[in-house]
Amino acid sequence: MRREGSPWRGVGAVFLKELSDHLTGARMFVLEWLVVLTAVAAVYVSIQQIKNTSAEDPFLFLRLFTQAGEQVPLSFATLLSFLVPLVSIGLGFDLVNSEHSRRTLSRILSQPIYRDALLFGKFLAALTAIAISLLALWLLLIGLGLFTLGLPPSGEEIARALVMLVVTIFYAGVWLALAMLFSTIFRSPATAALVALGLWLFFTILWPIFSPWMADIFGSRDIASAEDLLGVLSVRQGFARVSPSALFSEIVSVVLDPSVRSTQQPMLAALGLALIERGAIPGAPLPFLQSVLLVWGQIVGLIAATILLFVGGYVVFQRQEVRA
Amino acid sequence: MNDVVIDAQGLTKLYNGARAVDDVSFTVGRGEIFGLLGPNGAGKTTTILMLLGLTEISAGAARVLGHDPVREPLAVKRRVGYLPDSVGFYDYLSARDNLRYTARLIGFSEAEREARIADALNKVDLAEVAGKAVGTYSRGMRQRLGLAEILMKNVAIAILDEPTSGLDPQATLELLDMIRGLKRDGVSVLLSSHLLDRVQSVCDRVALFQDGRIALIGSVAELGRQVLGGGFAVEVEAEGQGLAECLAQVPGVRSVESTGPDRVRLLADRDVRPDAAAAVVAAGGRLRRLSVEDPSLEAIYTRYFHDHGARHAA
Ligand SMILES: Nc1ncnc2c1ncn2[C@@H]1O[C@H](COP(=O)(O)OP(=O)(O)OP(=O)(O)O)[C@@H](O)[C@H]1O
Ligand SMILES: [Mg+2]
Repeated sequence: MRREGSPWRGVGAVFLKELSDHLTGARMFVLEWLVVLTAVAAVYVSIQQIKNTSAEDPFLFLRLFTQAGEQVPLSFATLLSFLVPLVSIGLGFDLVNSEHSRRTLSRILSQPIYRDALLFGKFLAALTAIAISLLALWLLLIGLGLFTLGLPPSGEEIARALVMLVVTIFYAGVWLALAMLFSTIFRSPATAALVALGLWLFFTILWPIFSPWMADIFGSRDIASAEDLLGVLSVRQGFARVSPSALFSEIVSVVLDPSVRSTQQPMLAALGLALIERGAIPGAPLPFLQSVLLVWGQIVGLIAATILLFVGGYVVFQRQEVRA
Repeated sequence: MNDVVIDAQGLTKLYNGARAVDDVSFTVGRGEIFGLLGPNGAGKTTTILMLLGLTEISAGAARVLGHDPVREPLAVKRRVGYLPDSVGFYDYLSARDNLRYTARLIGFSEAEREARIADALNKVDLAEVAGKAVGTYSRGMRQRLGLAEILMKNVAIAILDEPTSGLDPQATLELLDMIRGLKRDGVSVLLSSHLLDRVQSVCDRVALFQDGRIALIGSVAELGRQVLGGGFAVEVEAEGQGLAECLAQVPGVRSVESTGPDRVRLLADRDVRPDAAAAVVAAGGRLRRLSVEDPSLEAIYTRYFHDHGARHAA
């Protein structure tokens, strides 16, 4: 059945109102400062670390994002993988159900717009609000780096850092779509928040612990050669990738470190086996585009997950009664 | 009534197999005020939501201003204003900002928007407090703000769900006046309510809902004849001897009932006031008051559901 009129009608109006709500709201303010303060602290620590290691590094500037301190083993990138979902859930958990509880939904939907416009406008506005704060944070970081390290980043470093910014926004999108799905399914914002936060804890803390164990149940555990080891690692990696946080970390570790030539390298390094890879392909850093291509699948995965979750929320919303 | 703005034919709504609305048919003419009445859970709100395309129609069809609310919801919603029961606004925004948002959704140009908003807020007496957050508004003010939204929208039909519920008598009167104002502007009104005597004073026609069906439909006078057994009730207040017997002789009078000192109530087949006055004077009585009662919707409603309940029990 063809519907009359455009489903986009009203998206602009919804977007502007929601964005201004986010930007002026107390919640955004609190979440933003939480991220900014912890991020600056993390970067400060990593700057101390970078200054102490005087080794020649052509990509010193990128270390700003990835270097973990000695006392505080937390890099900026790791911090983001942890905090960005929190911000997304914070903005998204009551996007739809609050319209029910405020009893505004039927009034708004009796205006000449489709439900699509309301949902899409809300998603875009929240994502834009997050993107704005991430951009501000990113600029702050670059500025901080310029001041303290005293050397300008190269073009390639800026390009890599930009990719990281964009990927972080996609990563925020996944969690936002998830939070929005729950805000559609559950009428109570508290329930929606709780379920979303539960999933966040599961994926960021429990899944990294359990997924290797589950992977080993399915894959073989006999390791006779390096080949076998790589096989086991791939299965484990496949399982880990169910978590968007794992995808994000993989992308960031490759994009921000030109010396990484395979997505398995950080894993091997963690096992103290980095020499295998390094030995096999010695030398030169990976060109920018090669790095991006290496994790292209993961980037697409993040986008696909966002779309899937959004469509899920859309389907639930379409069939929902407008009455509270 | 040759131009019909709302035409519902056999509207039916199933919730998990239960019939919330069952084969409801009615029409609303241009410039008419039509009332949906009935006890809680009778299906009034569900009917309204189907007409607006806000909930799926399980069976039957509706045309609103010639459009199908299922296939052409935007065309319907562009010309229909809806005031939901217990209407909600964004509490942290001012009344004006709330209306601005709606105006943007409707798609008014910027210049048109401000003029319309100011005009609508004036009409509902909210112009002075329009800058305050709606969170500080009373129930009555919110209701009026909801009406302002409809006024701003330039609609052909206003659908009001329980517009007077929770309002004090004064606020109710004011709101009903505004509804009459809508009619004067040529807007057709569909409203649902529990306040029967109030509804009676504004509605041209009503439909009485029960268990998802329309039990009765028509003007209040028609329903009165149908349910209360027809006839006119004439109240006579006069001093004199043996007036009751004289009045009973008047042609058309079916019964005479004393309702107080010097006061009787006649039930008649027609308006017997002229003859009754003549009879009182002829008997040497002094006539003080003579009035004919309109059938009250309250009486119709109570009687109908009483009878119906009795039939259920039997
Ligand atoms: N989402 C729903 N799921 C199942 N049943 C529902 C749903 N919404 C309404 N109903 C049922 O439909 C029937 C009609 O409800 P409706 O709200 O239309 O009545 P109403 O006449 O507006 O009553 P009120 O005067 O209380 O507003 C009720 O029996 C109600 O229980
Ligand atoms: Mg109702």
